[in-house]
Amino acid sequence: MKKSNIRKTKFNARAFAGNFFLYLFLIVLAIICFTPFYIMIINATRSTQAINAGISLIPGKALVENYKSMMASMNIWKGFLNSLIIAISSTLLSAYFGALTAYAFSKFRFKGNKALFWFILGTMMIPPQLGLIGYYILTARLHIINTYWALILPAVANASTVFFLKMYIDTNVNESLLEAARVDGSSEIYTFNRIVFPIILPGVATMSILNFIVSWNNYLTPLVLLFDKDKFTLPILIALVKGTYKQNLGAQYMAVAISIVPIIIAFTFLSKYIISGITAGALKE
Amino acid sequence: MFFIVLQLYPLIYTLFLSFTNLSTANPQGDFIGLGNYIRLSQDKFFLLSVKNTWRIWIVCFIPQLIFALLLATILTRSKIKGKDVFRGVYFLPNLVTAASVGILFNVLLSWQSGAINQILVALRIITEDQKIHFLASPFWTSTAVSVILWWMWFGHSMILFMAAMVSVPQTYYDAAAVDGANAWQAFWKITVPQIKPVMIYVLVTSLIGGMNNFDIPFVIGEGQNLGTGGPLKSVLTMVMYLYNMAFTGGRQRGYAAAIAFAIFFIVIVCSVIIFKLMSREEES
Repeated sequence: MKKSNIRKTKFNARAFAGNFFLYLFLIVLAIICFTPFYIMIINATRSTQAINAGISLIPGKALVENYKSMMASMNIWKGFLNSLIIAISSTLLSAYFGALTAYAFSKFRFKGNKALFWFILGTMMIPPQLGLIGYYILTARLHIINTYWALILPAVANASTVFFLKMYIDTNVNESLLEAARVDGSSEIYTFNRIVFPIILPGVATMSILNFIVSWNNYLTPLVLLFDKDKFTLPILIALVKGTYKQNLGAQYMAVAISIVPIIIAFTFLSKYIISGITAGALKE
Repeated sequence: MFFIVLQLYPLIYTLFLSFTNLSTANPQGDFIGLGNYIRLSQDKFFLLSVKNTWRIWIVCFIPQLIFALLLATILTRSKIKGKDVFRGVYFLPNLVTAASVGILFNVLLSWQSGAINQILVALRIITEDQKIHFLASPFWTSTAVSVILWWMWFGHSMILFMAAMVSVPQTYYDAAAVDGANAWQAFWKITVPQIKPVMIYVLVTSLIGGMNNFDIPFVIGEGQNLGTGGPLKSVLTMVMYLYNMAFTGGRQRGYAAAIAFAIFFIVIVCSVIIFKLMSREEES
């Protein structure tokens, strides 16, 4: 009796030590993940002299000053707006056309259905950088280079959205429901808009959040396709920060913070959808 | 139809271009067969970019895989409080614009006024005059890019592994525990085989991403110019070289198209090797 008691306490002590180190490890890692953002936010409020002098964990007083000197040489909100226009339009296009294509693959047995679907899957494996030169020349020929159309149009053919939504329709849209609609004389496009689309809306929402993020973060494609400074998206402007503000570190931190903080805020509200979106893609492949 | 115009056409056209010498000097472009590819195999900057790209990817990916597997095991198998919070914080860097991250670390890593040097001084790891000139050293610049990518991606891989691990039945582990297997053995004999499809997915997608690495190496480096490739061109990646060839200077689009297909070829060959290796493991 006594013996077993001793063993039990020993075991608990070990488990406690184990747990302690486990938490320590997890917390240190969490700090590593968040510190760069924290320093960024703090330094955005400090003057360049203060930043040069050393590190601080408490905000400074130069918030307004940094903001003013940042806005003086670069209109970051214009880039913000441009990014927003492109990201929203391409997300909406991907959502509607992706769902429509997925619906066709899921519910119509047309000739070459399987082969075409595998082809689309194949394009998912190919990185977009590969066809960039060809796409550049294509947009030049179509005279849409240096317009937002060049960045928005490819969203019509979004392979991962089609793939994800086809799976979603396969499991969630009942064949008999469609039959009933057809018997009632509803046209195919009407059936899709009024019956199918509302059912798959949760799947569309998940995919749309991911598409929005990808479009928002895209750097290389707009860098290549846009020439006018007032059309530049946020990532292009941010990358130019080095040359624009030179020694003004406060303004540099401020500009970067403006591009990052909205994402952090959005993530705190949408993390569940985002995480389920990225896992759904991987687990079904 | 849209797929064919928007995806296939640029691709095939790029392939076609890779056999021509299209450039500003030669706007029509003549067919030169495999000329670009032969030139590529002798181009020391291209070969350097291949080496750099691989170094950055491997130094990033190995710790990424280890951390992701370890954390996924911890967060799925043990009763940790605040799992969702940890998961969210680890994943957060992944969502942030890579170009912004590159610029952010550019200031954090700078020599005299960089926060990372200031932290090292504050923690008494180095003294004021031992501050490391990170972005002047090829070793540190390349390693910094790898660490940044690790920081951005280990949470992403972790979430995928967690999702796979949750679906492994608990009874397997109970049975292994009855047979006297320790956690290490259970991990290798149960977890790894069960999550293999996701591991292949993570490996292949990471390989594709790693070989197409652009944003961060492009914006990082001292001075005000972008795309310099850092000290001694130590972070000149393959896609950066492609960009520099196709969209700056002489705009040698034909040659750049050949670079694109060289990258594609590397990705395809390596993906096939990964599939082969992973399925062979299954047999033994």
